[in-house]
Amino acid sequence: MSWLSRNETLVAGVILAFCVVGAALDPNFLSIPTLMDLLRAGIVLGILAVGVLVVLISGGIDVSTTSLAIVALYVTTLLVQGLAPEMGWPAAFLVAVAVGAALGAVNGVFIAGLGLPTLIVTLGTLSLFRGFLLTFVGDDLISNLPRGLRDFSRAMMIRGENADGSFYSLPWAFAFLVGVVALTWALLYRTMLGRQVFAIGGSMESARRIGIPVRRVQFLVFVYVGALGGLAGIIHAALARVANPQDLLLNQQLSVLAAVVLGGARLEGGTGTLTGTLLGVALIVLVSNSLIVLGIPNTFQSIAIGLLILLGTGLPAWQARRTQRRAA
Amino acid sequence: MADDAPLVEMTGVTKTYAGITALDDVDFLIRPGEAVCLAGENGSGKSTLIKLLAGVEWPDRGVIALDGLAQAAMTPTTAAAAGIAVIFQDFSLFPNLSVAENIAFGAELAEGARFYRGRRVREIAKRTLERVGVLMDLSAPVETLPVAHKQLVAIGRALASNARLIVMDEPTTALTEREVRALLGIIRRLKADGVAVIFVSHKLAEVLEVSERVVVLRNGRVVAEGPASGFDARSLTRHMTGRDLAETGPAPLLAGAPVLLKVEGLSKAGAFHGVDFTLRGGEVLGISGLLGSGRTALAKALFGLVTPEAGRVVLDGRDVPLGDPLRAAEAGIGYVPEDRLTEGLFLTQSILRNVAVGRVASHARGPFLDLGGLAAEARDWLARLRVKAPDAEAPVRSLSGGNQQRVVLARWLARAPRVLVLNGPSVGVDVGSKAEIHAIIADLAAQGLGVIVISDDLPELLATCHRILVMVEGRIVEDIAGAEATEEGLARRLAS
Repeated sequence: MSWLSRNETLVAGVILAFCVVGAALDPNFLSIPTLMDLLRAGIVLGILAVGVLVVLISGGIDVSTTSLAIVALYVTTLLVQGLAPEMGWPAAFLVAVAVGAALGAVNGVFIAGLGLPTLIVTLGTLSLFRGFLLTFVGDDLISNLPRGLRDFSRAMMIRGENADGSFYSLPWAFAFLVGVVALTWALLYRTMLGRQVFAIGGSMESARRIGIPVRRVQFLVFVYVGALGGLAGIIHAALARVANPQDLLLNQQLSVLAAVVLGGARLEGGTGTLTGTLLGVALIVLVSNSLIVLGIPNTFQSIAIGLLILLGTGLPAWQARRTQRRAA
Repeated sequence: MADDAPLVEMTGVTKTYAGITALDDVDFLIRPGEAVCLAGENGSGKSTLIKLLAGVEWPDRGVIALDGLAQAAMTPTTAAAAGIAVIFQDFSLFPNLSVAENIAFGAELAEGARFYRGRRVREIAKRTLERVGVLMDLSAPVETLPVAHKQLVAIGRALASNARLIVMDEPTTALTEREVRALLGIIRRLKADGVAVIFVSHKLAEVLEVSERVVVLRNGRVVAEGPASGFDARSLTRHMTGRDLAETGPAPLLAGAPVLLKVEGLSKAGAFHGVDFTLRGGEVLGISGLLGSGRTALAKALFGLVTPEAGRVVLDGRDVPLGDPLRAAEAGIGYVPEDRLTEGLFLTQSILRNVAVGRVASHARGPFLDLGGLAAEARDWLARLRVKAPDAEAPVRSLSGGNQQRVVLARWLARAPRVLVLNGPSVGVDVGSKAEIHAIIADLAAQGLGVIVISDDLPELLATCHRILVMVEGRIVEDIAGAEATEEGLARRLAS
């Protein structure tokens, strides 16, 4: 496949075009504060998307990640508040990752253990996780976060002041997105486990025949995605400075999937890149944030994202089919 | 004489499944560097024997010895460790991964590597392909390769895992004549290297020349065994089916048979050019050519699946609309596709529905459908074509290859076509069913139908066709009377 017909190139082109239009409409659009806003908005979405990418590569799909993230963030906040309110943020993050991994293991047991389809299981747990939280754990908003999380939300990587006197900043949380990308890259491309994830996505039957422990790998994939979900959840709570069991993050599930699919990951499994996924996240964030800045009505967001998905995934598929037909 | 010690020796092996004896007291032996043909029809026990070799199943009685040591039990892992590799018909590759990674995956897995070592993987792949004697782009994704190269990658993968015995299931079905030649060269190389090979196939004539021995299974028993030089296509068929299925060529064409179909100047850029031919009622016309010669595109063009840029197709003096399958069917042309599994059948639907689907419009009673009449007609055709099915309501998937082909034929015949185009009518069916399909073709022609058989299976063309057209690079270069054609002559012209 030539680089021209790759999703990455297409998405990068759309991002560039978007920036040009943005700059033409609003002279302040191409500025450091805009960039910082976008990076900040991409942290949680990015971490969740990287997790979903791994599931897609393994040949499955996960629609439960935002629900899992909300449960992890709320349970973690309650635990820290109740047991060790003075706990530092690193310990709190570990708790969130552990809660996320445990919930991911629930998905894993149904999918790898019982051999159920990933869409059905995660559709079930999407509702189950959150319902369980609201029914048995609590539905009160906690706006007074433990100290560790408050400290974390104030730690800035970059801080500056504009000519007009307004401030901009990028929280340290961004480093977590960078770390997650680096770790996932190493796992996928430098370990045999990662190669096995690709192999299973390519052909599960072939993987079985060659002796890959398919169920074990699938289970680990969902535990990993759960851990990333827990991390994304606690970062989301810290940055929003509130632990809300009814958090609107839940509505972001489709955006997460859209970003991964826009980035070129195939739903049939076996293919997908981190670069593509990050570009997909960038585009989604750009569309949802900038349209507001540029004064374009909110409802246009849905139209824009919908069109992007149809064009972004339809065009390469159509091109691939054309070249295939020419070869036949 | 260490070299002559058997690699695998099975003695008195018996295996039953739910009361059905799949293998009955079978002895089987193979030595290093030896190639053995394992022949047999579907249900003869071939697959069971492979499963025992691969460690997937364990016999009820009998002894399996590897390198002279009787085994207490075998699992896929111990079989692989002993150097036994099975290459299934679908090759079991990873389409999304590179050639190099596909070749080295099993070896790296067996070593228990935790980290992916790209350089080492390429090194293994390069060395293995050198051993096979082929050059290939190591970083190309396997899904972009032609079938013949995928097979080489599968062979490479077996070798990279130190295979000493490679079992190949139907290795030649998807290959053209030229690719089969190339494969045989590679097999000779491997044998010289001490690798043993078992061919499991319906189409054995092609691999006889590189094999030392032939073992024929029928109903779970070894019915014939001996040096390959003692077998030919005909004796193999006789042993496999237990009857003599000598194919004598078609019955002579009636002298005054009228011209039924006339094709004039049919052209499509990049596929075929200026194709002219006629087909008479009751005639069986063969069209042969290598893959890429345009034979499939031409077949599809007759039925409107490919739109030609110039030329006409005339049936009974009336122009057949081009590029429209529905109207081609109405005009009286029927087409049975090459890949009956993916192109022609609704695999999960019932046999009856698969036959009846083409006749729905003819059984309409106003806005309603005469289901009874539809089913009765379908059942009649199933009976006339002798489809062996326990239940017409069973899904088509449950039938054997030959019977699936009959279901497709039944569907077309139910529409009463004048001309029937059969693309690769017996690809992937066993010898017995093949002979029966040839008999059906002869029957159809005797009823006055014009039949076009598209195939690169030369014996099949010789057995069924009155005339054979040879296509090279999109043009018809030869028009031979079936009675005058020989296999060698045809093969030479095809490759010209």
